[in-house]
Amino acid sequence: MSKMLMKGNEAIAEAAIRAGCKLFFGYPITPQTELSEYMAKQMPKRGGLCLQAESEIAAINMVLGATASGARAITSSSSPGISLKSEGISYIAGSDLPCVIVNVQRGGPGLGGIQPAQSDYNQATKAPGHGDLHLIVLAPASVQEMASLTGLAFDLADQYRMPAMILADGALGQMMEPVDFEERTARELPEKTWACCGHGNKREHNIINSLYIQPNVLEDIVKERFKRYEEVEKNEVMYEEYMCDDADTVIVAYGITARIAKSAVKEARARGVKAGLFRCITLYPFPAKELERLSHKVKRFISVEMNMGQMVNDVKVATDCRVPVTHYGRTGGVIPTVKEITEEILRLSAKKEG
Amino acid sequence: MVVFKKPHALTDVPFHYCPGCTHGIVHRLVAEVIDELGIEGETVGIAPVGCSVFAYNYFNCDMIEAPHGRAPAVATGVKRANPDKTVFTYQGDGDLAAIGTAETVHVGTRGENITIIFINNAIYGMTGGQVAPTSLPGQVTQTTPYGRDVKYSGNPIRVCEMMSTVTGTAYVERVAVDCVKNVRHAKEAIRKAFTMQQEKKGLSLVEFLSTCPTNWGLTPVKALDWLRENLMAYYPLGVYKDVTAEEEAK
Repeated sequence: MSKMLMKGNEAIAEAAIRAGCKLFFGYPITPQTELSEYMAKQMPKRGGLCLQAESEIAAINMVLGATASGARAITSSSSPGISLKSEGISYIAGSDLPCVIVNVQRGGPGLGGIQPAQSDYNQATKAPGHGDLHLIVLAPASVQEMASLTGLAFDLADQYRMPAMILADGALGQMMEPVDFEERTARELPEKTWACCGHGNKREHNIINSLYIQPNVLEDIVKERFKRYEEVEKNEVMYEEYMCDDADTVIVAYGITARIAKSAVKEARARGVKAGLFRCITLYPFPAKELERLSHKVKRFISVEMNMGQMVNDVKVATDCRVPVTHYGRTGGVIPTVKEITEEILRLSAKKEG
Repeated sequence: MVVFKKPHALTDVPFHYCPGCTHGIVHRLVAEVIDELGIEGETVGIAPVGCSVFAYNYFNCDMIEAPHGRAPAVATGVKRANPDKTVFTYQGDGDLAAIGTAETVHVGTRGENITIIFINNAIYGMTGGQVAPTSLPGQVTQTTPYGRDVKYSGNPIRVCEMMSTVTGTAYVERVAVDCVKNVRHAKEAIRKAFTMQQEKKGLSLVEFLSTCPTNWGLTPVKALDWLRENLMAYYPLGVYKDVTAEEEAK
């Protein structure tokens, strides 16, 4: 199939529909609006449903109901809206339900701004809701990946019975690029025998629930869930290395920042500095082993993020601070430039070598 | 000859409810209606947060437990994914009329074809007796120890009156289960609510004036007296909306 020119937000919506998602529940917020508008146009024509809820909270709980009854469902929002959804995200995780949540990040805290940011990294990977839980967190860096990772997110969510998040940002959501919706290889997935859609007098009644009053029972259930998380960490890590083989200075980045950093790596190489880029595609599971391996042969890591320093802590833990790990970031909706990042690479390289 | 038996739509799990609490009666009535309509296999129930949180253990249909106040949103998700199933929520006053008020109003505005079973006992039971959105003026609770001062803690919400004004609701009735006559009538109200859902008329809501002897500090018998004297005075029983009756009248 020929490529289509689309906005990132629209690519997620189209990919979700192609992945068999029949239900979208959302609430308007900038800069993800194109996603719900695309759903509103397309879903009724393609046998699905797009419903604007009365609140972010209602939207995530509609997702809970739809997925509990066995359907594929998605919701999308941006940073302040994700905070509102965190209650529902925790319940969905605590009920072992799959779903896809899109966060087209904007600046924070509070109402923050409406320009691109990556300041919800900690929220997405550390505390998406109360309790011991994880989301699968996928970080696209192009409109093409907005599409391909959305299809994957549905499969991963169903396979591991846990919510998955597309952690994008306002730049990726708004920009237009060609995207190819070629037939993706869907995974073989278990039947949803747990779904609450009426037992039809053919089986015992199903219960979907996150309440376990007995502490030892709750502990066993949380531990079983963490066994599944271990499988996710073992099997589903995704990353991209660019010119890391002989690099002294490796930038760690994800999403739109990784694309800018790639240009900075080329620029630094042109100026004789051996730079490389390690791009995280999965943020949970975090590519810790791969960074640990790299840490034995590089001189430094720079975590470049659109925040005040969040993923940098994961890089430090993963690499055991074997070599210096520093952070370079802009925040509040300011996107770092190629020049800024290049200068940071040159500055740190000169400092160590000089 | 069997003259009395447990409805099939109730499981064998013993209720945890306090002596004199009317949750048990309402559970049984809902189950009897599910049996009589023959819809257990096609029904999904949504349990709330509150005293009836364990409703998922008691009903034999598929059951989902919702976050506090979100049962109507969860029910919307189930129903939109499965338009031909029967979906009901079972909610208390704190769940439905405080933390979940927005979900309650908007499930009505959308005319979702679901049924809400609303238990109004004018107090938060599970957490030990705090003031509820439906607690009466002057009512003494753990968090209104000097009596509910409406200028300080706000006024009680009359849910049926409010929901009857919402375009999209099809059937709204307030009932009680304090005596045999009212129990029989309450069952008919549940049947009507489920039937109107099946006919896709819109949202149906049945409010049950209920007792909480434990947190009211009364014996079961005195609690029924208090309900009749006080709750019924503030929350009159009756049909607040019935679109089928309105259609027939035209």
